[in-house]
Amino acid sequence: MGKTLLHKVWDAHTVRELPSGQTQLFVGLHLVHEVTSPQAFEMLRERGLTVRFPKRTFATVDHIVPTDLVQRPFVDDLAEEMMDAIEQNAAEFEIPLFNIDDQRQGVVHVIGPELGLTQPGMTIACGDSHTSTHGAFGAVAFGIGTSQVRDVLATQCLAMDPLKVRRIEVSGALSEGVYAKDVILHIIGLLGVNGGVGYGYEYGGSVIEAMSIEERMTVCNMSIEGGARVGYVNPDQTTYDYLNGRPHAPRNFESAVEWWESMASDEDAEYDDLVQIDGREIGPTVTWGITPGQSVGVDQALPELDAFADADRSTVREAFDYMDFEPGQRIAGTKVDVAFIGSCTNGRLSDLREAARVARGRKVASGVRALVVPGSQQVRAAAEAEGLHEIFAEAGFQWRGAGCSMCLAMNPDKLQGRELCASSSNRNFKGRQGSPTGRTLLMSPAMVAAAAVAGEGADVRELVG
Amino acid sequence: MENSSVIKTITGRGVVVRGADIDTDRIIPARFLRTVTFEHLGAHAFEDDRASGDHPFDQARFQGASILLANANFGCGSSREHAPQALMRWGIKGFVAESFAEIFFGNCIAMGLPCVRVAAEDMQTLMDVVESDPAQEVAIDLEARQVRWTGGQVAADIADGPREQFLKGSWDSLGQLLAAGDQVENTARKLPYVAGF
Ligand code: SF4
Repeated sequence: MGKTLLHKVWDAHTVRELPSGQTQLFVGLHLVHEVTSPQAFEMLRERGLTVRFPKRTFATVDHIVPTDLVQRPFVDDLAEEMMDAIEQNAAEFEIPLFNIDDQRQGVVHVIGPELGLTQPGMTIACGDSHTSTHGAFGAVAFGIGTSQVRDVLATQCLAMDPLKVRRIEVSGALSEGVYAKDVILHIIGLLGVNGGVGYGYEYGGSVIEAMSIEERMTVCNMSIEGGARVGYVNPDQTTYDYLNGRPHAPRNFESAVEWWESMASDEDAEYDDLVQIDGREIGPTVTWGITPGQSVGVDQALPELDAFADADRSTVREAFDYMDFEPGQRIAGTKVDVAFIGSCTNGRLSDLREAARVARGRKVASGVRALVVPGSQQVRAAAEAEGLHEIFAEAGFQWRGAGCSMCLAMNPDKLQGRELCASSSNRNFKGRQGSPTGRTLLMSPAMVAAAAVAGEGADVRELVG
Repeated sequence: MENSSVIKTITGRGVVVRGADIDTDRIIPARFLRTVTFEHLGAHAFEDDRASGDHPFDQARFQGASILLANANFGCGSSREHAPQALMRWGIKGFVAESFAEIFFGNCIAMGLPCVRVAAEDMQTLMDVVESDPAQEVAIDLEARQVRWTGGQVAADIADGPREQFLKGSWDSLGQLLAAGDQVENTARKLPYVAGF
């Protein structure tokens, strides 16, 4: 029986079995950002420890960074204090920091790949749950908490429990107007928000194979919303073509490709579970509730309460109450107040291109606040080189600097009151976008652009194609 | 002398926080993550949920509780350790739920906060018991794999690995990881991307 990529990477990075029964895993790349690291560096100081592999550690700032006015000191004292902390920690522990004045700065899960730091066969860790994004390259990438950030800083290792592997095969092809975001929302809707507990997800099949690396990142990014610990796609020519020539890509590229190929899952690999999905059945998908699993086709009626098992009904009722929606209602035609295009799920160049395709020659509906926030400074520059910023500006979208922005509420970009936001981000939890009563509809960036111009939930298939 | 990190039983009063899929944004809203320490997070646990009034964390009967009872998928969402840190600083020392999100569970282990699972029907019983008499003591017994109260008990599950870590006092992973010494470099050297392709 062959092995999966996850097991091969696991074995290659095993330092030893710990007395606790866990595995001590070496971490090939450690990415650090301003929110989850200051306490970890402090713990290091308290114990008199240093960073074990500073050259395998890279830091950036993304969560708290304002996306309009980035002059220091920031208006927000608390944000300024966090900036000071990461600058000081990076200097003291000799870690490279891609700061706001550095063109390599951006959302941590956008810049790792674009700098070529993220590579197949690696273990990657970051104090952020969406670290699973890096799995798009065939890396095994863990989101970790602050105590584990401390562990990785001090030892370059993690104590981990073994994972099972579920292969999710999406066959056939996607129809026009259907994107990677729809695929992952569909998967989470199908398997549930805790369907992945105990598993790493391996995505494959013709739909995934046909995807660009950026689309694969969107899929892997939200593995965590499906409850999985990691998500990955086996590396292939698409992966190598993307990496070739990037600043941190291996110089001896051919021998790197040879090793990467050897790390991919064997054809006869044994999986703990297999799920098959027909790509033709996936349509433009939107969430309507308060978990990423509560989704429907944009043109479909919201489910009736009795469509759910007894155990789920109270959560479903809570979602309807919070969102102020009714069973039978459709998202298409539901008025929105805000449109947000960005985040580590959908803030890359291809996402902005698809959104611009919809925005071109149209106008944001009156009363809708619409933001486009590139995932990194490089994405911003590349988009501007193609003139995408002009298309957005002409349509009435705000064109912003790089950062997490309205994906979460740690910087000035926030929902107000009960605003309803069409968002290309990854979480629709209560209060996620900054207002304790704010409401989020997750969807693809093209669908967000469609909602922005329509002023209401809209089926992107009626605008493109 | 016994290792001071050994945790066999957690005893205290319970607080019932009903509802499935309670995520980390609700446990500690992101605006409170703008801090370089965990120190002041306790006061803000469940802040937005509490704003709507009568949250269990504000009810007089649950003050002083140290065991949190929850339903399915507790702690889903982000990897922010701020979530269990906020709960710990509010006074929580252990969790009983139908299930936990994985990263939340891992964070709790790393902080020495046991999380045990009980079946849905048992959770119903347990919540009713605690709500009917919030002053009584509840115990999470890791050795016996039970949650107990004066009048009864239910089976409580925790995977062997984490259970051992509490019983042996080895949940503080850093000490164990440091003990590997040079083996870390030896492993690194065998990786082609570290050694240079
Ligand atoms: S874009 Fe959103 S999900 Fe991604 S790292 Fe930033 S806050 Fe987290």
